[in-house]
Amino acid sequence: MPKPDSLQGSLDLLVLKILSRRPRLHGYAIMSAIQDISGEVLRVEEGSLYPALHRMEEAGWIRAEWITKDTGRRARMYELTAAGRKQLSAEESRWQAVTSAVNRVLRTV
Amino acid sequence: MSWWSRIANVFRGPSLSREIDEELQSHIAEGIQQGRDPAEARRAFGSTLRRREESHDIRLVAWLDSLRADAVFGWRQLKKNKVTSAAAILSLALAIGASTSAFRLIDALLLRPLPVADPALLYAISRQEIRLAWDGKTHTYDGWAYPAFRLMRAAVEDQAELIAVSGVNRTDLTYASDQEMEKAHVQYVSGWMFASFGLQPVLGRLLTENDDREPGAHPYAVLSEDYWERRFARSTKVIGRTFRMGGRLYQFVGVCAGPFTGTETGFVTDIFVPTMMNPSVGRSDSTWHETLARLKPGVAAEPVRERLNAVSRAFEAERAKGFTGMSKQSIADWLDQKVLLEPAGAGLSAVQKYYRQPLAALAGLVALVLLITCANVANLMTAQAAARAREMALRVSIGAGRGRLVQLVLIESAWLGLLAAAAGALFAWWSAPFVVGLLDPSGDPVRLSLPADWRVLGFGLALTLGVTLLFGLAPALRASAVKPAATLKGGEDPHSRRRLMHVLIAAQVAFCFLVLYVTGLFVATFDRLSHEPTGFSAERLLTLETVTASPRTAVYWDQVREHLRAVPGVETVALSSRPLLSGYSSNDAVAVDGGAPSEDMAYFLNVSPGWIDAMKIPLIGGRDFRAGDLYPGVAIVSEAFAKRYFQGRNPVGRSFERAGDGGDRMRLQIVGLVRDARYFDMRGPIVPVAYIPFRQLDDKGALRPIGRGTFIVRTAGASPWALAAVLRREVNRARPEFRVSNIETQAEINQGHTVRERLLAMLALFFAGVALLLAGVGLYGVLDYSVLQQRREIGIRLAIGAQPRRIARLVTVEVFSMVLAGALGGLALGMASAHYIASLFYQVKPTDLEVLALPSLAILAAASLAALPAVIHAVRIDPVTALRAE
Repeated sequence: MPKPDSLQGSLDLLVLKILSRRPRLHGYAIMSAIQDISGEVLRVEEGSLYPALHRMEEAGWIRAEWITKDTGRRARMYELTAAGRKQLSAEESRWQAVTSAVNRVLRTV
Repeated sequence: MSWWSRIANVFRGPSLSREIDEELQSHIAEGIQQGRDPAEARRAFGSTLRRREESHDIRLVAWLDSLRADAVFGWRQLKKNKVTSAAAILSLALAIGASTSAFRLIDALLLRPLPVADPALLYAISRQEIRLAWDGKTHTYDGWAYPAFRLMRAAVEDQAELIAVSGVNRTDLTYASDQEMEKAHVQYVSGWMFASFGLQPVLGRLLTENDDREPGAHPYAVLSEDYWERRFARSTKVIGRTFRMGGRLYQFVGVCAGPFTGTETGFVTDIFVPTMMNPSVGRSDSTWHETLARLKPGVAAEPVRERLNAVSRAFEAERAKGFTGMSKQSIADWLDQKVLLEPAGAGLSAVQKYYRQPLAALAGLVALVLLITCANVANLMTAQAAARAREMALRVSIGAGRGRLVQLVLIESAWLGLLAAAAGALFAWWSAPFVVGLLDPSGDPVRLSLPADWRVLGFGLALTLGVTLLFGLAPALRASAVKPAATLKGGEDPHSRRRLMHVLIAAQVAFCFLVLYVTGLFVATFDRLSHEPTGFSAERLLTLETVTASPRTAVYWDQVREHLRAVPGVETVALSSRPLLSGYSSNDAVAVDGGAPSEDMAYFLNVSPGWIDAMKIPLIGGRDFRAGDLYPGVAIVSEAFAKRYFQGRNPVGRSFERAGDGGDRMRLQIVGLVRDARYFDMRGPIVPVAYIPFRQLDDKGALRPIGRGTFIVRTAGASPWALAAVLRREVNRARPEFRVSNIETQAEINQGHTVRERLLAMLALFFAGVALLLAGVGLYGVLDYSVLQQRREIGIRLAIGAQPRRIARLVTVEVFSMVLAGALGGLALGMASAHYIASLFYQVKPTDLEVLALPSLAILAAASLAALPAVIHAVRIDPVTALRAE
């Protein structure tokens, strides 16, 4: 059972978004990108990234491919699929709805 | 990706784990490369093992993976216990194979719908007599006369389509000269049958209503595809080809497609001809065909039946006005009959009626053997589970759930079940046709199509699943209920396990007793029936059924007889219209001293001089026929005849009248009295018989030409078949227009009456042997196991000086009380169930002492034999080793 991560269920959204901007990243690069772009505010629990990636891969949102890097080490590169793109826009609008609802509550109370 | 990749990943096993590991390691390596401290990077990542397991479960179907793991483990277990596994698989294979085979037979003969459109709408029309017949039963007849059929067809035209079909007859026909006669299975059918059944031609056309209008006017025929292939190798030139049958020329117009081979399940029709070509089609007194009704959709059966009943009754009442030979009472009795309309979607045949009960009985025996096998394997599994209690306890301790343990043990059972099913399928594939081959050893064997299709496959799968649950579930539940603390300490209560095994032993013995008991009844029946005196000697007797191109008078027949007598190796030759016990019968009422015709019938057979001598039927009064004796004129009667019509007084010299249906009376003087001989069957009571001369006069007083007769030849050599070919040739050489149509030994004809009983006795004996063996093996296994369990106790007892006798008692007393309980249970079951199949028994009662004693003795002997090794093992236990072992 995948455990809820520190990003409160938004890990999928972030991964999909990153991959939509920068195709073909390996797990470490995805993690670094989330941390960099969020200005070190969002930290991905390193280990739990991979079960999440594998789950999304089985769901058909992303696909993976092994490449051999210059160092001779192999790395698994991920990219978005058409289904993943659809999923991304769904998750994005859901996120927008939730945040604006939360904002409304914060403003009015 | 998704489902398919997750299923595929199940079978990638280690390489999947490696791949996940590599990715995780590459993450850490990437971090180090970016300048992180190696220890810190590893710590930040956490447990790679846990992440791997998480990803592993995501990337495949977890339950399927556990199933795969258990299957692999189960397979290893089977290989570890090779002997036990092989024994379990073999016995299960035999039981599953036999059950599938029984199902195939029952399905093919009784259940499988005919390959026609809407077989569920098909009904058979028969008549049931209201009064009780001589044997205390009500008889049902499915034969109809065509004129009655025609009236009935018109009466229910709007509700149903009536179809006339004759039985399938093995008939002589020729495609060239009369010298090249061959046999084919011919069926007369209504021309409109093909359209009504929705059948299609593969070649040419099928018969239609237009081919079935005028008696004798439509000499057209249709072949079945099966016959087309066998006889004509699918040649298209067959259309338009002619053949001669019964003195008429017919022409083939088409080939009927595929699986349809007639309506008489158990026989395969080669050639269909229109009913109008049957010589009896115009006769009201010849019930030569059966009648099928195809109800129109939505029509209720009962109103149709009532309509048919009224028409049939009116027809017979009209016909009975012409009966002068019968008393008013017997006419009224005879008219008192009811038309039945019964579903006939699976076809309509005597084979079905004759074998319905025997097949059900055999299926019952097979099911019992299956249950015995299941009990056996369940015991094996329980004993094995006991040996593995520690393994199970360990599994529970490290967190295996109960469901997972049940799955583990059940999958082992499923392996057994699957392997057994595969071997059983082979057995069924071989045995079902083998049994069909036994159904009739004489000239006209039963032919059943036994396709291995989804019906059989589905049955086999369901059976395997059911059997696996039956023998696997109890041991699985028991194994999973293990209490780790107690087991790992080594002190689980051993008796609880033994109790289950003992109950299974009792059940096994009960079923085994039942099988042996029923087998005893079948064997006794066959024994009585095959030793039933026939009243004549069949030894070295050959019967030559002979036909002539056109009927010839007895003078010519006698010439052939004289010719055959001179053939070397022939002892005697006689002539009769048919052999005894051929199944043919000719009966009429008899009137003595000008009185009223008798209620019950006497049976008649035309025989030549020397026939009673050739058959070795003892003459006890008067004389045999002489060359000049004629019919009508004289007769030789049997003792039963004398008893029935002459009150047991010597009838020689007196006379009686044979009263025909039409009121005609033939006066016959009795010249001889012979002992009784079996006339048409082996089982019924001895009937009164009058033998009359083969030489017959017609109405005008001239010799009547005869087209069919049987030469009875007693050969000098021990094997009558050695002369068969010679005699066939000599008949033809004596007179070219005479031709032998069928040769059988009298012994074969006699055996034909015990085919069913022989089949039952043979198969039942086989299953009884299997049941006894299995029960013995099961008993041995349980005893051996309980000795193993009680080793310490026995060791202590022996150490303090117990006698071997007491040890033997200790080991066996429980099991033998179970055997006793089982046997009593089996006996009760047997007594309760025997009356369901009582009609299959002959001169043997379910309560006969020997029938009860034999199974008891057999089980006692088997149990003793099975107990011997365990007892020897027990008394030979060395107390020192036994106690030190723990």
